[in-house]
Amino acid sequence: MNAGFDWIVLAEFSAIGLLSGGLLALIALGFVLIYKGTGVINFAMGEFMMLGAYFFYTAHVMWGLDLWLALPATLAAVALAAALVERAILRPLSGQPVISVLMATIGLASALHGGVDAVWGGRNYEMPTLLPRKPLIVGDILIPGQLLWSFLLAAVVITAFTLYFRYSRTGIAMRAAASDPTTAYVLGIDVRRTQRLTWVFAGLVGAVAGIVVASMTSLSPALGGAALGVLAVIILGGLDSIAGAIVAGLVIGLLESLTAGYLGGKVRDIVPYVVVLVILLVRPYGLFGTRQIERL
Amino acid sequence: MRIGDFRESYRHDEALFATPVARAWFAALLAALLLFPLVGSGYLVGLACVLGIHVIASAGLNIMTGYTGLISLGHAAFMGVGCYTAAYFAQRGLPFVLTLPLAGLFAAALGVVVGMPSLRIKGLYLAVATLAMQFLLVYVFREWDSVTGGVRGVNVPPAELLGVKLDTDQRMAWLIAACAVALLLAARNLFRTRVGRAFIAIRDKDISAEVLGIDLLRYKLAAFAIGSFYAGVAGALLAYYYRAMTPEYFTLQLSIFYLAAIIVGGLGSTLGSILGAVFMTLVPEALRAIVSFIAQWAPRAVEILSPIQQVVFGLLIIGFLVFEPHGLLEIWRRVRRFFHLWPFRA
Amino acid sequence: MTAEAAPLLQVEDLHLAFGGIKALAGVSLAARAGQITAIIGPNGAGKTSLFNAISGFYKPQRGRVLFDGADISALGASRRAALGLARTFQNVALFRGMTVLDNIKLGGHTRLATNPLAAMWYLGGARREEMALRQEIEREVIDFLEIDHVRHQGVAALPYGLQKRVELARALAMRPRVLMLDEPVAGMNREETEDMARFILDIQEERGITVLLIEHDMGLVMDIANHVVVLNFGEVIGQGTPAEVRANPEVVRAYLGDTAVAAGAPAGAAA
Repeated sequence: MNAGFDWIVLAEFSAIGLLSGGLLALIALGFVLIYKGTGVINFAMGEFMMLGAYFFYTAHVMWGLDLWLALPATLAAVALAAALVERAILRPLSGQPVISVLMATIGLASALHGGVDAVWGGRNYEMPTLLPRKPLIVGDILIPGQLLWSFLLAAVVITAFTLYFRYSRTGIAMRAAASDPTTAYVLGIDVRRTQRLTWVFAGLVGAVAGIVVASMTSLSPALGGAALGVLAVIILGGLDSIAGAIVAGLVIGLLESLTAGYLGGKVRDIVPYVVVLVILLVRPYGLFGTRQIERL
Repeated sequence: MRIGDFRESYRHDEALFATPVARAWFAALLAALLLFPLVGSGYLVGLACVLGIHVIASAGLNIMTGYTGLISLGHAAFMGVGCYTAAYFAQRGLPFVLTLPLAGLFAAALGVVVGMPSLRIKGLYLAVATLAMQFLLVYVFREWDSVTGGVRGVNVPPAELLGVKLDTDQRMAWLIAACAVALLLAARNLFRTRVGRAFIAIRDKDISAEVLGIDLLRYKLAAFAIGSFYAGVAGALLAYYYRAMTPEYFTLQLSIFYLAAIIVGGLGSTLGSILGAVFMTLVPEALRAIVSFIAQWAPRAVEILSPIQQVVFGLLIIGFLVFEPHGLLEIWRRVRRFFHLWPFRA
Repeated sequence: MTAEAAPLLQVEDLHLAFGGIKALAGVSLAARAGQITAIIGPNGAGKTSLFNAISGFYKPQRGRVLFDGADISALGASRRAALGLARTFQNVALFRGMTVLDNIKLGGHTRLATNPLAAMWYLGGARREEMALRQEIEREVIDFLEIDHVRHQGVAALPYGLQKRVELARALAMRPRVLMLDEPVAGMNREETEDMARFILDIQEERGITVLLIEHDMGLVMDIANHVVVLNFGEVIGQGTPAEVRANPEVVRAYLGDTAVAAGAPAGAAA
């Protein structure tokens, strides 16, 4: 038995956990955007991440494009893909019950996953390091540089989106269309365009997250499954709440880090799923989700 | 052309096989199921066994998802529960007549546990809960060495009927066929009664269902339990067929496979489950054939068989949802309608 | 008129609010056994909210619902149905994935007892129950409402008027004691309305069912209702016989405005 509890280790795990929550919150933002905009959980979120990471790798590493050329090219490509998805799949299903759209996203996830695996192969690729590696040392605690910068990046992106939705005309239009499409139509808002924009934004968010995660770990088809763990974040935070996504992201990040540190990696992998089941039992709408009242 | 189909009693009107033609077809099917294992090639009989298991699992998923509207992304995991349950009890000497229902019951019980919290809220949450269950159960399969044999898997002694070991594909084909016919008839019967009607009512408009006195939670749990029971039995049959199973079989991809099967076949229809299962069983075989053909020129093509399968599954789901939401069943019905009046009307 | 029948369904001081919106602000009414009580009022008066509160979908912040003298406020919607409370909806709430016959059979759900296991076996108990139900429905409901020609058709393809009749059939299959009809003749032409009026009267007279009905069609209301309750902004602003209500100045004001009251315009113009 140890002489005393190792607070330093706890502090380090906690710091790492909270910081990794930043990326989780970012991915969760993608989910929340689509849920708010279309009422469905997009099971293909992880695959958007994959697209972003693989496109970037192709542009930057395989074709040798300069970083600041490859990045916008990748984002444009993913935006296009997301718009295509919305047009080809979601639009024809727009009258259908949520079940159908949900299953369509599941099918999409399967197709995209297989597609990427088929084109690029299943092996691990080495992504270039994009974020500075220099660690931050606070007292005895070592915080990996990449993690810190990923957190900052996520914070910037989330803040930018939140401000955009709050204050820009398009953002307000999107919120209106999400809340009440019929009234939005009547007010002259192009609801179809906002729906497409929602998917494009979600795709972009996913692409950025995917590139960052891949550069921190490695590039492989397993990237697609990473987003499924983020479902815990949106269930905890509330499916339609960005604030919830942020708070829950930090919480889940913390939880995963502590579990990994004290109980090992395998247990850490199922933590999100245990969380999902517990939350659904105790408080199904999450911390900040709005309770659904059905209109009869 | 069908003429003279008169029903002279309510009992006749409600019968499953109401016309002599229908009865004849059913008899022919039973005869075919009996004879096929004797005359079919080894490969085909093996395929038929797998097909039968897929049909049972699809029928179960259709009861939950197609008829009642409860999405499950964890159907494969429930099959795993059935598989390991059967294996566990078979290793301890229980005969398959006991282990099969036990496997179903264990899976059903687990289904009730999973369903209980999430059925009070929207269907989306159930989908997420079943997804969580899928991952958790696979974790349990991998880690609970003492019961499941962990990553190495489990070995299953052959099923025995009256002293005869069912250790060939042929004999298993008969067992699987018998189970499939029984379970499919049971599924069909369900929807001739108030229980099945309640399920459909819950899917279509649960508020109206409540107003008619249907206890939503009770019936949703029942649908979930029954669907999981079917998955459990299918899993148990898998155990007896392959005689060795590992956790790697019961993945999310398999759950998606069954979802694809019922979407392609036709949600909310027993015949749809059969059509979908047949179609989805043949798709990997067809893909395998195509890929080995292409491999003559591009030997590396075999590597991408698995991802190509995923792409095809995904595209099938999307394609049918967008273009033919009622699935192969609807196509089948159109063909039949055409032949009802042929040759008098195009 | 015979001695006043006891109230079968009562609502006492019902208050129902959604966030800041007050749907019902202290509504009390009684539907007497064997009578047709109509609830009328301008759009947004709270009529459907009242029905939903009685059905058990909304939990009122204050007040009680009494069925045959017993307080059912704590019961869930499905339990209230088992007591004999049936209802139709404003937007026809039929099950689109089923035939007319199956929809109607669902009305008999609470009176059947088949459990899933017996259902899967079907032969024996389940089949007997099903045949008995089929007989009963054909005799009591399908013949009565004249829908035998469509019984095997899917409901989704039926014309609107027939759909409403099927919904009524389904409610009747419950053999209810109280039947709540939410705008039963909305969107119907004259002939269909007269048919429906005839059916409702037969339901009341031949089967002794208590009817509670929301309607905008004043002609129908004045013709068949024994008792009329007028709601506006979630409050009861008048009740009584159709003639009494028609002459009530409050009611006229609610429907036609102040000038109409001053000019002595008759209330109850057909909506």
